[in-house]
Amino acid sequence: MDAFRQLDYMNLDDEFSEEELMVRDAIRTWVGERFMPTVAEHFEAGTFPTEMTGELGELGVFGPTVPEEYGGAGMNSVSYGLICQELERGDSGLRSFVSVQGSLVMYPILAYGSEAQKREWLPQMASGQAIGCFGLTEPDFGSNPGGMLTTAKRDGDDWILNGRKMWITNGTVSQVAVVWARTEDGVRGFLVREGTKGYSAPEQKHKFSLRASITSELVLEDVRVPESDRLPGAIGLKAPLSCLTQARYGIAWGATGAALACFDEALQYAGERVVFDKPLAGFQLAQKKLADMATDITLAQLAQLRLGRLKDAGKVTPAQVSMFKRNNVHKALEVSRICRDMLGANGISLEYNVGRHMCNLESVITYEGTHDIHTLAIGHELTGIPAYR
Amino acid sequence: MNIVACIKRVPMTETQAKVTADGQSLDTSGVEYMTSFYDEIAVEEAVKTKEKLGGEVTVLTIGPSDATKQIRECLAKGSDKGIILTDDAWALRDCRSTAKALAAKVQELGGEVVFAGRQATDRDNASVGPMLATYLGWACVTDVIELELEADKGVAKRESEAGVETYEFSLPAVITCQKDLNEPRYAGLKGIMAAKKKPVEEVPAAEEASQAEVVRVELPPARKEGRVVGEGPDAVEALMTALQTEAKVL
Repeated sequence: MDAFRQLDYMNLDDEFSEEELMVRDAIRTWVGERFMPTVAEHFEAGTFPTEMTGELGELGVFGPTVPEEYGGAGMNSVSYGLICQELERGDSGLRSFVSVQGSLVMYPILAYGSEAQKREWLPQMASGQAIGCFGLTEPDFGSNPGGMLTTAKRDGDDWILNGRKMWITNGTVSQVAVVWARTEDGVRGFLVREGTKGYSAPEQKHKFSLRASITSELVLEDVRVPESDRLPGAIGLKAPLSCLTQARYGIAWGATGAALACFDEALQYAGERVVFDKPLAGFQLAQKKLADMATDITLAQLAQLRLGRLKDAGKVTPAQVSMFKRNNVHKALEVSRICRDMLGANGISLEYNVGRHMCNLESVITYEGTHDIHTLAIGHELTGIPAYR
Repeated sequence: MNIVACIKRVPMTETQAKVTADGQSLDTSGVEYMTSFYDEIAVEEAVKTKEKLGGEVTVLTIGPSDATKQIRECLAKGSDKGIILTDDAWALRDCRSTAKALAAKVQELGGEVVFAGRQATDRDNASVGPMLATYLGWACVTDVIELELEADKGVAKRESEAGVETYEFSLPAVITCQKDLNEPRYAGLKGIMAAKKKPVEEVPAAEEASQAEVVRVELPPARKEGRVVGEGPDAVEALMTALQTEAKVL
C-alpha cells in the first residue's frame, strides 16, 4: 500500500488557513511515522502505547485550545478538529486518549476549576506528565447520567465519595479523575487523585473494540476529597454535559478520520487487486460502493468544517454537535464495514486497517451519547418535546 | 552564529508525475508540495547549531510566493525567519543561476554557515550546494553524516564510495546534509503558533540567465511484466538460461 492519500473531493483544503493545514500535516506525519508502525501490535495485545505520551505532549495535542498561560497552544477549534481527524485516522483509541485528556479533563478544569486547580493541573496535563480520566458513566447509568448512584457527602472541610464508574478511558493510568457525584444540592465534580485511600481503577479487559486504549472501572469506597479539589464552578448535570459537547465535537471530526483511512485503503486495494482478470475497481459494484462512500465522507467533511467555524465564532449549539457526532460516526461505521467487505478475506487481517477501524467504531457510535440518544436530542431540538422516557 | 538553511519546495513523494503536452516540464496541476527530504535535515542541523552555539537561523528559498507554507513549517521547527527569493520562472532556472541568486542573498545576510540538503528530491542534481560554496568562495563539505561545529571551524564526516572521510574546515562553509546526520523534529502545535509571529520576507530573486535549459522531459519506460520461469529446483536451469540468453547479465 502507498502512503495515505486523503480524499478531498470538494477541494476543502482551500477553506483551511495555512496554520490549520500545518497543524493537520504535522499530526498526520507524526501518526504515519511514529504511531502506525506499532498500532496493530498494540491492538492485538490490548495495550495503549503509553510510551508515546511524552511525544504527544511535545506535539501539543493535549488541550490545544487551552490558553498558552496554562500550557496549551491557544489554537482554534477547527485546528482541534483536524487534530482529532488525524489521530483517529491512526486509531480511535489514540483519538480517545487525547479527547479524554483535553475535552473531558482539561476542559472542565479550565471552565469550572479554581485558579489553583488550573495552575496545578493544566500545564502538567498539556505536557503529558499527568494523565486524566472522566468518571460519569456508571454500570447502570449510561444514557441517563442523571440517575447516577455515586454520592458525595459533606464531612467538615472534606467530601466522602462512594460509588462505581464504568467504561472510563485512561482510568488505570490516570493521576487525576474528574468524578461526578450526587450531593444534597445536585451533581458536583471532584478531582480525585491517584493513590487516594479507597480509590482504585482496575482495567476492563476482554474488549473487541478500542483494544489499543485503556478502559477502566473506577471504584470509590469512602474516598475523602478536600473541598479544594471540588470544581467550584460545576453546578448540576449541565457541567458534565458541557464537557461531552466538547468531546463530541472532536469525535465528529475523528470519525471522519477513521472513514478517510478506510476509504483510502479500500480504494488503493481495489485498484491493485485483480479479480476475473481486471482490477476490482473496474467493476460496477465496487464503483458504486466507492461513489457512495466518497459522497458520505465529503458531506461529513463539509459538515464538520461548518461546525468548527460555528464553534470558533462561539455560535455552535449542543444540538448541532449532536447531529454530526451522530451522522459522522454512523457514516464512518458504514464506510468501515463496506471497506472491510471490499478487502475480502484481507479485510479481517490486522495487516490492513479497515477491520481495526470497524471494530473501534462500534465503541465510538456507543460512547459520548449513543446514536439513538443523539437521534432523540435532534428530535427534541426540532419538536421541543423530549422523548427520552 | 548567523546560520542559513536553504530549502526547496518539491512535489510530495507520492505524486504521480505527468508530463505536460509540450513535453518540456512536469504537469503541476493538482500537485501538493513539501520541503525536500534532505532540506529538512539541513533545517534540523541549522536549528541544532543555533541551540548549541547561539545565533539565528534564516530559512532561504527561491520559488513562488506560495512556498510560505514550507517556510512556516521550518519556522515552526525552530528557525527564526524566512526569505523567499521570488521568481515566477524559478522552476526553469538551472543550478548555476539558482546558486548565484542564493549566494547573493547569503552574502547580503552575512551568513557564516549554510546548510542545504545533499540534493533536492525532485531533480536530484546535487549541484546547488557546492555551486553556492563556489560563488561564495567558502569551504564546502557534501553528504555530511556527522558534524561538530565550533565558532570558527568544524569537523565533518562524509560518506563517499571509498568509505567515510573526515574533514576539518574553517568557517564560513557550506554543508550539504545526508540522511544519517540527524532525525528532523516534528513541528509541535506551540511551534506552529509561534511561527505565525516570525517574519517571512519576499524579495525578487537576483536575475541571472540560465545556461542550461530543459528541452525535453520523459517518464521512465514502464517496467516489463515479470515472468515465472518455473518452480522449485527445476526452475534453476530455466532461470540460468534466461539470465544468460535473454537478460544477458551472466
